[in-house]
Amino acid sequence: MIQAPDLPFWAALLVGFLVLAGAMVALVGSFGLLRLGNFYQRVHAPTLGATLGVGAILIASMICFSVLESRPVIHEVLIAVFLTITTPIGLMLLGRAALYRDRRAGRDDIPEG
Amino acid sequence: MTILALAWAITMAQVLLGLAMSFAVWRMLRGPRAQDRVLGLDTLYVNAMLLLVLYGIQTGRTLYFEAALVIGLLGFTSTVALSKFLMRGEVIE
Repeated sequence: MIQAPDLPFWAALLVGFLVLAGAMVALVGSFGLLRLGNFYQRVHAPTLGATLGVGAILIASMICFSVLESRPVIHEVLIAVFLTITTPIGLMLLGRAALYRDRRAGRDDIPEG
Repeated sequence: MTILALAWAITMAQVLLGLAMSFAVWRMLRGPRAQDRVLGLDTLYVNAMLLLVLYGIQTGRTLYFEAALVIGLLGFTSTVALSKFLMRGEVIE
């Protein structure tokens, strides 16, 4: 099923590049989640996809729909702002929960400070 | 020609995101401790949201934007709820 919007050349180039770059960055983040050694290293990896990957793909979506409907379409900013606010909150809560659990369990691989 | 190249790029990006989702699922199923599983779920929903946005670009319909927004909202809520559970579940114990 080959399907794509009918964009002019410059927009197609920009959208294609941004989409591929964003997906690649998200893939690198998830690969870090898969490969890194312990939880405190792993918690850093997915933020790559949640910031740069989301940013690139949302900008691509904005360009695509703005050109398609020949008016500025910026409702993707909603997702970007929402994720920028919520990702640190969620991961910080998760990190504190992990720290608490590791201290309770008396593990010795807890990071200092 | 332009459409074909763009379709190729979008499909390739979808394949990459699917691979990223499979990594997150692997971490969610195998993660040694509970916090690793929650982290895998967090990554999984961000990647799924990106996949929906890409599908919206591919079909040229803005309908999928709302679905992506809802996934982002519910994913954040689930991460916070699971983190609170991980913290409080052991306090009660």
